[in-house]
Amino acid sequence: MSAPTDISPTTEPRSLAFKAGGMKRTAGEAMVWFSSMGLALGLLMVVGLLGVIVVNGFSVFWPQRIVELRLKEDSGARIRGSEYLAGEIRRVQTNTGSTIAEGGPTMERQLFIGNRDAYGLGFRFVKETDIQGETHPEDLLIIERMEYGDAIGRPLRLLAEDGRTILPGDPAFQSEMETTNRTVNRRRRAIDRIERVRIGNINLKMESLGFARKAAGEVNPAEIARIDAEKAALQADYEVLAKQARELRALQQTGKLFYRLPTGEEREMPMGQMVGFYFPNQLGLFKRMSLTLHNIWVFLVESPREANTEGGAFPAIFGTFVMTLLMSIAVTPFGVLAAIYLREYAKQGVFVRSVRIAVNNLAGVPSIVFGVFGLGFFVYFVGGTIDSLFFAQRLPTPTFGTGGILWVALTLALMTVPVVIVATEEAVASVPRGMREGSLACGASKWQTIQRIVLPAAVPGIITGLILAMARGAGEVAPLMLVGVVKLAPTLPLDATFPFFHLDRKFMHLGFHIYDLGFQSPDSEAAKPMVFATTLLLILLVVVLNLAAILLRERLRRKFASGAF
Amino acid sequence: MPATTETTETYVTAAVRSDYIRIENFSFYYTATKVLHDITMEIPERKITAFIGPSGCGKTTLLRNFNRMNDLIDGVRHEGRILVNDQDIFDPDLEVISLRKRIGMVFQKSNPFPKSVYENIVYSLRVAGQNNRAILDDVVERSLRGAALWDEVKDRLHESALGLSGGQMQRLCIARAIANQPEILLMDEPCSALDPIATAKVEELMEGLKKDFTIVIVTHNMQQATRVSDRTAFFYLGKLIEYDETKRIFTTPSNRRTEDYITGRFG
Repeated sequence: MSAPTDISPTTEPRSLAFKAGGMKRTAGEAMVWFSSMGLALGLLMVVGLLGVIVVNGFSVFWPQRIVELRLKEDSGARIRGSEYLAGEIRRVQTNTGSTIAEGGPTMERQLFIGNRDAYGLGFRFVKETDIQGETHPEDLLIIERMEYGDAIGRPLRLLAEDGRTILPGDPAFQSEMETTNRTVNRRRRAIDRIERVRIGNINLKMESLGFARKAAGEVNPAEIARIDAEKAALQADYEVLAKQARELRALQQTGKLFYRLPTGEEREMPMGQMVGFYFPNQLGLFKRMSLTLHNIWVFLVESPREANTEGGAFPAIFGTFVMTLLMSIAVTPFGVLAAIYLREYAKQGVFVRSVRIAVNNLAGVPSIVFGVFGLGFFVYFVGGTIDSLFFAQRLPTPTFGTGGILWVALTLALMTVPVVIVATEEAVASVPRGMREGSLACGASKWQTIQRIVLPAAVPGIITGLILAMARGAGEVAPLMLVGVVKLAPTLPLDATFPFFHLDRKFMHLGFHIYDLGFQSPDSEAAKPMVFATTLLLILLVVVLNLAAILLRERLRRKFASGAF
Repeated sequence: MPATTETTETYVTAAVRSDYIRIENFSFYYTATKVLHDITMEIPERKITAFIGPSGCGKTTLLRNFNRMNDLIDGVRHEGRILVNDQDIFDPDLEVISLRKRIGMVFQKSNPFPKSVYENIVYSLRVAGQNNRAILDDVVERSLRGAALWDEVKDRLHESALGLSGGQMQRLCIARAIANQPEILLMDEPCSALDPIATAKVEELMEGLKKDFTIVIVTHNMQQATRVSDRTAFFYLGKLIEYDETKRIFTTPSNRRTEDYITGRFG
């Protein structure tokens, strides 16, 4: 019995002390919550943004069903008084124009009705209250065309290229459509090859002959005669090719599809206009998915059409990729060498400190300022000088004295060099002292030590800097508009014509593509899905580039696993 | 017994110089702090000389002066001279790289380069411009045998040196230090991070290396100093307190502080 009385006096204060201590420990708990909320908020925003982009981006490729609406007599949505209206439902929203008299806020649907050639517009808002009924007719056809966007209608008859007429009721109708479609697509590619590649080559030769003739002047009649003869031969070649192209173009017009719009008009279209077709309300899940994949593929590998709102984004993908690579090639040696001098050779003091501050401030300069600098310095000064020295015969047409992928890459390199310098400095500084001393004690010079020991060990850190630089550079738009990005580039910066890598060429870029589609397009509503798809693609491209760099870094890290990183 | 030792001594001393490294009134400063006070001593050729003393007594600083490793530190200066084989190592005309080629160094913490075992060993030859495969192969085998590591790593010469054990890494560093056949081997507490078995191996190794190299070792381990060294210098607060035959230092030290330190009364 004595034991409890013994313990109680000591137990009492101890438990109090414990409580007090416990309260003190929880004093910081609120901050833990705050910091975790900060992270959660950040994650929420990122996931939300990505979610919106992914959902909207993918829905572009998903072939939707088409609804045919029967409208009330007095509906404002009627086109030319027609009772019926068909299209894809793109959005359902509250009707902002609805009044209380109509019984409070009502809903309205945004319908993609296509047939811009017939209707003059691609979209129509329909009030829910105006709809009498809706069906999903199976015979509705979507035709992807070279011009005016999609057509939506019911096929009436197909006039095949051999003159046969096939009616939709015919079991061979669909296969006949497919065959003709394949034929015209193949023929279109052939025309493209003739006009772009072969005639393009002839033009290039003609141009250089023109320069040669100018250089020969009036003093060398034999040379001039030779050049003129060569020119005449090229002209003859050109005539042959042009004739071929004309004939193929004429063939494109022979097949015809007759179809009726949902609003009743009958229309005809040469099959050469058709890119693809499908019956959206007949598709099963599997067909729908394979069509989605096909659409994604088209988006990735084809050139854009119709002010970039249709077709693919391949030139922009390729341009962004090449630009980012060129930028990395330019920025890495530049930044690494600067950082090495700054960290290893420069005498640490006020001057070096202020250089470091200046470098960090450089990272905060608005990117458009770099664009203006790039235009003034790279394009006009450096490019102009190169032109007057090496491409004088082409002047006044500029070669390098105008925007081009090289100047873009250099401008971006300038913009991102602070990131690489800072990362390299950190990486170089964190190479263990013992390793440097070991190298010096072996009789290595300072440069040998840097080259053989410090730099290899710092490579993972340098790559980290490069990843950040690439992420910033690839997503940049403002400066690019000044130094070489265009809405539509006829050629790629890398192709099969000599000298293969055309550093002077203007190019397309995904970031600019987004801006152009979303804000410069004549029909921004039609371009909106492409904006999302392109954004998704740009993000994916940056992710892919980063992943590649991260994989490289991990491999090197394993190689140089020294515990320093 | 003493007589035999005596004769061996005289035999060896006849062939070697007793003042291979000569330190004359050497003082050393880190910015304003004087860390070495007027040191004068001679280190004999092809002997093991141990520097002992409590932490911060300047023994490592002195050792790192022999190959001018302290050059890397900003704001250091010195007074007095250090001569290696009669050459002033602070001579402005002397290229520090050529000095370091003559003096190998093994550090307290083993610092193999993140390269293969092979490339670690041949590093000093590669930076000197030697790329002849046959010569390099030969050097690798000789150095690794010299560091008693050959049998353990001969099958993994081209694997990363960072995969070796701690003791192997330190012996690799010794092999690296002797690869270019230096005259002097500086060892800065080479066994402080090693277990007793690895330590024993390194000590055994030093006995073998003695016949080719002049070895200076900094150690905190008194037993190690008695076991391996021929001469011992005791430093205290930047001053050389006592410097004599190891046997004499540990049996009949002439200075009270030396006696206090080696008997463990302080330090």
